[in-house]
Amino acid sequence: MSIVVSPTREPLIFGGKTYHQITEDICTPSEKAPTRQWLIGFIIAVFFLAVFVFCVGWQIYYGVGAWNLNRTIGWGYDITNFVWWIGIGHAGTLISAILLLFRQKWRTGVNRAAEAMTIFAVICAFMFPVIHVGRIWLLFYFIPLPNTRGPLWVNFNSPLLWDVFAISTYFTVSLLFWYTGLVPDFATLRDRASGFRRKLYNFLSFGWTGAAKHWQRFESLSLVLAGLATPLVLSVHTIVSFDFATSVIPGWHTTIFPPYFVAGAIFSGFAMVQTLMLVTRKALKLEDYITINHIESMNKVILLTGTVVGIAYLTELFISWYSQYVYEQFAFANRAAGPFWWSYFGMMACNVLSPQVFWSKKIRRSLWWTFFMSIFVNIGMWFERFVIIVTTLARDYLPSSWSYYYPSWNEIGIYMGTFGLFFTLYLIFVRIAPVVAIAEVKSILKSSGDQYRGKNRGYNEKNEVVVAHSDHEEHH
Amino acid sequence: MASKNKEVLFGLFDDETQLLSAVADARKSHMEIDDVYTPFPVHGLDPLLGLEESRLHIAGFFYGLTGTATAFFGISWIFTRDWPTIFGGKPYFSFPAFVPIMFELTVLFASIGMVVTFYTICGMGPGVKAKTLHDRITDDKFCISFDTSDASDEQKSGLRAFFSKHGASLVDTKFI
Repeated sequence: MSIVVSPTREPLIFGGKTYHQITEDICTPSEKAPTRQWLIGFIIAVFFLAVFVFCVGWQIYYGVGAWNLNRTIGWGYDITNFVWWIGIGHAGTLISAILLLFRQKWRTGVNRAAEAMTIFAVICAFMFPVIHVGRIWLLFYFIPLPNTRGPLWVNFNSPLLWDVFAISTYFTVSLLFWYTGLVPDFATLRDRASGFRRKLYNFLSFGWTGAAKHWQRFESLSLVLAGLATPLVLSVHTIVSFDFATSVIPGWHTTIFPPYFVAGAIFSGFAMVQTLMLVTRKALKLEDYITINHIESMNKVILLTGTVVGIAYLTELFISWYSQYVYEQFAFANRAAGPFWWSYFGMMACNVLSPQVFWSKKIRRSLWWTFFMSIFVNIGMWFERFVIIVTTLARDYLPSSWSYYYPSWNEIGIYMGTFGLFFTLYLIFVRIAPVVAIAEVKSILKSSGDQYRGKNRGYNEKNEVVVAHSDHEEHH
Repeated sequence: MASKNKEVLFGLFDDETQLLSAVADARKSHMEIDDVYTPFPVHGLDPLLGLEESRLHIAGFFYGLTGTATAFFGISWIFTRDWPTIFGGKPYFSFPAFVPIMFELTVLFASIGMVVTFYTICGMGPGVKAKTLHDRITDDKFCISFDTSDASDEQKSGLRAFFSKHGASLVDTKFI
């Protein structure tokens, strides 16, 4: 094997695994009866899903009046939650696509679950633009089809329509990428199963055999999809930021928005991956595959993107002062010291200050710190969207129309309900599919398993020859 | 690629290094390998097998181009010919505003086109029954198979000798 890995890199798979043990460890959770923890989690998730269905039904029946939006503040919880969920969705594609292009091997342990998270988060995000139009039965007006209304086309020059294209493309491409990666692993489950489960996985695995030519095409497809998904993931949040940046609202029409939204999206996405991974690895006993090294790598990304976001906040403040433009200056003074000062404070504390603890290696490698930090970051990023949307709208050009906003029970219910939707889908995924990409982990075993690398290497007499051989090649 | 109901003789190996040396030996002694099955992509296998590089990405490029063209000509036609509309005093043909959707459709067309092509040329799809030789191939075994539909007993025993020489853990025949 001519894989080049620095000998100082730490192992990514612990426990001296063989190929068969990897299969066993990752497949077993979906082959056994669900655990108590899973059942309890699922019941709670389905309860919140029911809350979601009820609140959305209420909103559709009574209209957008069920929300506390007013003439001044036309976007509240709906678009805040939309941008928040879309941001969370970004980590999956980042992990699988960008890290694949950069040949980062640690992605193999977490990419499957992160991609699943992407898809479910995008589904949650999609709900908000869909229901916030009010007359949901006229939703097909979004679709540019020849029609009998004139023909009246959609406005292709509008960022809101770009958003429709960006998000539906993002969802489709993520789904295809995720499912194609799952096919060989479904085949592994199929060949271990019998009876109904064998039939189910035979259907899901599309007749995969593992033939050399198929693997070659599979790798070619993965690489090109990763190459396409990388600019796509950057474009999606860029276009989401255009929803604001192309407007004429002070505090919104800033050119810094696209990069700052993308960094914020990656930031919050990784935080959500951490929250999920810490629970998943414990519940499914996957500590040998989703190791502390994986968690540390993700914490480094959180530290980097959190700092980028922090610099963006400070740049915004500086530029508004430097611009000498009174409306812009007021918008930012209002964010920090206006009626919604607490959300600005929450944003700054959770997004900028708190991730700085990750400069310490000890904290980066601490599970409890990571867990609490991931929750903080998610709260902080929610506040960021709230600050941008609500705080800005609440104080517009005309003081006579200034207003305040607090959510109605319906808005809170819909937001809480999206967690139900998200976790119901995630828990079903955990039951049906392998949470770690089995084939991908096997392909890095000989370069990143702890019997081949790190302080445990060579404890196995038989493997020592292989290790010496591959090491020799690496030094060329 | 595969005809119906052919007899194959296959051997399973425990490690990819055994597989690679067996494949290299088979190619050197001009044995015609029917196929090689592995639980994960084994790097270095394709050149040994003499597989040409996949042209899937070339197809992807043209699918992408179709998407770009669809968006560009579609939007241009709608906004300059079918229903010219002025937005904020800007020209009908406001190219910069077309770019985001052109990009998104490029990615969308390329991805869907490539995925559909991939499953089609691999003969895969929902409900296709897999022609598996052995259940452990998707787990931890590496398999080489030979088409023995028209082989003599002498040739078959030669193949068995080849497998035992390279340390195959199991040798069997199957009709697929």
